[in-house]
Amino acid sequence: MSDVFTSLTGGFLENLQLFAATLILAIPLGLIITLGSMSRITPLKWLVRTFIWIIRGTPLMLQLFVVLYAPGLLFDYPMSNRFMAAIVAFVINYACYFSEIFRGGIESIPKGQYEAGQVLGMTRVQIFFKIVLLQVVKRITPAMGNEVITLTKDTSLARVIGLTEVIMCAERFTKKGLISPLFSTAIYFLLLNGILTLLFNWLEKKMDFFKA
Amino acid sequence: MAILEVKGIEKKFDNLEVLKGIDFSLEKGEVLAMIGVSGSGKTTLLRCLNFLEQPTAGVIQVGGKTIFDASNPNLLSEKEIRKNRQHFGMVFQSFNLFPQYTALRNVTLAKELQAKEQSDFKSNKKQVMEQLQKEGRELLESVGLGDKLDYYPHQLSGGQQQRVAIARALMLQPDILCFDEPTSALDPELTGEVLRVIRGLADRNTTMVIVTHEMKFAREVADQVLFMDKGVIVEHGTPEEIFEHPKEERTRQFLERYLEEA
Repeated sequence: MSDVFTSLTGGFLENLQLFAATLILAIPLGLIITLGSMSRITPLKWLVRTFIWIIRGTPLMLQLFVVLYAPGLLFDYPMSNRFMAAIVAFVINYACYFSEIFRGGIESIPKGQYEAGQVLGMTRVQIFFKIVLLQVVKRITPAMGNEVITLTKDTSLARVIGLTEVIMCAERFTKKGLISPLFSTAIYFLLLNGILTLLFNWLEKKMDFFKA
Repeated sequence: MAILEVKGIEKKFDNLEVLKGIDFSLEKGEVLAMIGVSGSGKTTLLRCLNFLEQPTAGVIQVGGKTIFDASNPNLLSEKEIRKNRQHFGMVFQSFNLFPQYTALRNVTLAKELQAKEQSDFKSNKKQVMEQLQKEGRELLESVGLGDKLDYYPHQLSGGQQQRVAIARALMLQPDILCFDEPTSALDPELTGEVLRVIRGLADRNTTMVIVTHEMKFAREVADQVLFMDKGVIVEHGTPEEIFEHPKEERTRQFLERYLEEA
């Protein structure tokens, strides 16, 4: 029994690490991609939007394989670290989804907010940080909550490139005739997502003082 | 000398000519009302004054100083525009208050940001901030909202929001205050409180340019009335001249239609 617990917890730590690394890196990368997809330089805009189309339009599983094998097979520079490969694929994939959420949020802010700032003599930077940003954050929080919860579960997909994540650990026990470890993995996800749900509810409540 | 001088302003959007050469001038303390049907170019003209649109041709002078000249690109840098637009204040039809800030902070924010750009801000931060709060409070009191300082925009009625927006524009002490149909987004019972505030400003000799559909108000408050149609000034005169003795057929037709509706 303690065998199962040790194995599953160890596996879930892999999920957690991948989850945390993706979240921390994909948000800033997503912001950069947003800038590109909203750029006034048309070629750059279309380049970035094509990239988003490819990443969102192909399976994450395929992207995992590409990141793991392409450096070695195409450039003779093999990817030695599977965990690193998983992070790269996840970060790129999630950054694209995040960037579309950011773009939607920014574009949903009425033009009048920018104009009011302009006629009051504010700079573009001041308008973005002092007026627009918090309104965007409020508007995208529910969508981001969804995406973050999806990410926790997607981390299990990294097993296809050999990450010993929690479900892979549990599956091993089925060979010994045990099904309960497989069910138990659900508890880990439910706990994590319970906490995340509370966190996002708290965040939404924090921004309840205004309407936007 | 005129505080505002507008010469030959033209504005094209792609192939659509919205303004076809607008000239007028305004003395300090005067109120100019712009009337005309929707799409006649009134709002575009007002937006040109506030640098929200860039005229295709023409010159704008404030107090004898050229702040816009379509043929002088030196005046069109972001820095110059930011400096020059401060001559004008703008009150929008849809208020455009900042939803995440209280009424008071809406009023003080812009000036606070300007104060922070001063090199000596850090040394007398407390004083400066207190002064700003005081000014903001007084302005909100002057528009009858002294008891709503800490309210957020969504907690205020449309009329109250528009009065906050007026206080916000006044905070930067513009030479000329512009209004773009300030009561058009309001329920009829709320227009009175906003018009009262504007009338009070006129009584205190605030220079204003007002785009409005409130003919009675325009007639009472304005020193000059400008009737626009299809991008040109059709008729320009005192309220008596425009409303009592319009010379142009188009002005007569417009006013008749309005009086019928009223």
